[in-house]
Amino acid sequence: MNTGAGAQAWGPMRSSPSVPGAPSQVSVPSPAGSALAHIRARHVIVLAALLIYPFVATPFFTFQIAAQSMLLGLIALSLMFLAGYGGMVSLSQMTIAGIAGYAVAIFGVSATPEGVVLGWPWWLAVPIAIVASMLVAALIGWLSVRTDGIYTIMITLAVGVALYYLALQNYSVLAGFQGFQKIAPPRLFGIDWRSPTPFYFLTLALALAGYWAVKYVARAPFGLALQGIRDNARRMEALGFDVTAHRVAAHALAGGLAAVGGVLLVWYNGLITPASIATNNLINILIIAVIGGMRHPIGPFLGALVFVLLQNFAIDLVNRERFNLVIGTGFLLIVLFSPDGLLGLWSRLRARLGSGAGKPSPVRRGGA
Amino acid sequence: MSAVLKPGTYPGTDPRSGSVPKRSWRPWILAALWTPAVAFAIWALFFDNAKLFLLTTLNGITLAALYFVVAAGFTLVFGLMKNVNLAHGSLYLLGAYVGYFVGDRSGSWLLAVAAGFAAAAFVGLLLQVAIFRFMPGEDLRQTLVTIGISIIIADVFLWVFGAEVHQFDPPRWIFGSVPFPLVDRYPTYRLALLAIAVVLGVALWLFLQRTRVGMMIRAGVDDRAMLGASGVNVQLVFAITFAIGAGLAGFGGVVGATALSISPGEDTRYLLASLMVVIIGGMGSIPGAAVGALLIALAEQYGVAYAPTYGVVFQFAILVLALAFRPQGILGSAWTAGAKGRK
Repeated sequence: MNTGAGAQAWGPMRSSPSVPGAPSQVSVPSPAGSALAHIRARHVIVLAALLIYPFVATPFFTFQIAAQSMLLGLIALSLMFLAGYGGMVSLSQMTIAGIAGYAVAIFGVSATPEGVVLGWPWWLAVPIAIVASMLVAALIGWLSVRTDGIYTIMITLAVGVALYYLALQNYSVLAGFQGFQKIAPPRLFGIDWRSPTPFYFLTLALALAGYWAVKYVARAPFGLALQGIRDNARRMEALGFDVTAHRVAAHALAGGLAAVGGVLLVWYNGLITPASIATNNLINILIIAVIGGMRHPIGPFLGALVFVLLQNFAIDLVNRERFNLVIGTGFLLIVLFSPDGLLGLWSRLRARLGSGAGKPSPVRRGGA
Repeated sequence: MSAVLKPGTYPGTDPRSGSVPKRSWRPWILAALWTPAVAFAIWALFFDNAKLFLLTTLNGITLAALYFVVAAGFTLVFGLMKNVNLAHGSLYLLGAYVGYFVGDRSGSWLLAVAAGFAAAAFVGLLLQVAIFRFMPGEDLRQTLVTIGISIIIADVFLWVFGAEVHQFDPPRWIFGSVPFPLVDRYPTYRLALLAIAVVLGVALWLFLQRTRVGMMIRAGVDDRAMLGASGVNVQLVFAITFAIGAGLAGFGGVVGATALSISPGEDTRYLLASLMVVIIGGMGSIPGAAVGALLIALAEQYGVAYAPTYGVVFQFAILVLALAFRPQGILGSAWTAGAKGRK
């Protein structure tokens, strides 16, 4: 349906834009007041399960599995927002998260043999980190939307790897190879926010907020315009929309999500080093988003859960060293056979079993 | 302003007005870019260590030769197939390891070079015939597939060859160093590398400009559909191009491994270099790859010599400047920059 090469950029990963019944393709703006009307039984069940989870699971499952999945999911969500609604596949989302982490370490309290630590209180350091990351994200966005389509992936990868080498080589400010250690969330209300259950709830709250924000923006005028631009930029431009401004704003917004994830990640790890923003970690975020599926904001969280589970338990199935082989093969299979990720598999399965009778499958590739 | 829009919400102006300089500004921008470079050269030559400057320049030019060899393959594949082959760095590593293996066993460097080229070209051919042929026009999916492949290849190499650094020597006739004006002596192999790159660049240019297959490739870059309509087997042209592009990466792997070394992680380094070279030089352009390689390699070497911890910042600044003022690359034609450039 799209004829321009630029407009086709995201075509293969997406089905036709107006599939009735597909939740990710909400094209009718609904008033914000009716937000409660969208809550279904499954939402309540999932939320209840998430709230009970830390009280039945072991600390390992609460912290290493669930909390890590949610914060990685939050970073991948920023990619899903850019790619799914904006048609821009950015590989620098982990870099944005890393910038937030570095900013928290530099402005806040941390320990490092070299580099700069200002030691400001967290309520100053964290907002600075998030705003700085959003600014960098907007800048990267502005650079990458100078050209479009497949070039975005190239430019964001080049920027991400370049910043990795900068972090690795710069000792005077960024502390080089060793990075910053002993970064902890603040002790607020007398609670140690890094112990498993409080950290789980902190991550859950922010992940839910991010999820809600993406769902909300997708239906807001800005999100609808963004989806219009994804589908046909030239037509939107002819309608009077400022395509560049929308794309840059989308990058900034996604940068905000990634930055929150980055702050959580640095608190989770307790440290930030160049390895956190190395190429394999940039690509891991893409893997998470692709495995989960980029058609719905739940996809990245699903992908993150699978990724974290594989990371922790694949060593029981194969050699510990060969994790990359497993995840690489899984990624390749998903890209080759189910471009919509696990969500696509799920909806295809549902269509096959006939439980979605009457509903056309949201996965309609090839025909578009 | 039509009724669909909220007035004032979406300023419906031309998004590029004011952001891209008009043509009359160009001399000023060029002057602004060249003046600091020339000033730096004068300072380094006459007020600082002239020998260091010349040596750094030579290092930069010979490194550019290597970057050019690798990036030329990248840009060739990209220009024709719109496939950002993110496994290009892995093909470099493949060529390097195969070359090392063959060179180690046979003792012949020339055989190692040939084997590196052939192995990478064969894998490239395999990728095109077995995978990319089945997803025509889906450039994003092809790119994601190359990411998956690069992860797998990198891990297999780590498995087979381990994490240690491999190195092998060039043949005796280009080993050692030769007298060189102003810097006393310079490694012969690095000069040979420069010669190889120049010969290769000219050969590639002649191949693309003067042969029938080259003509088809250029036609395919301009308009794939029209090339197919005029009776050319486009899949065959794609396969040949992919094999040559991948082979160049493998070739670069062997000559690069001889000059420097091979270790896991080198794939990322050369992928980054290739990306930067083609973004700066212009995507799909061989002369653009030469210009981009020179800029990137010189920036890297000057950075290493004069500002060690900020070396990558210079490369990054060049990348940003190129994207800001010439999104299609220095020698890229306007249409290669996607929908925007077409208007």
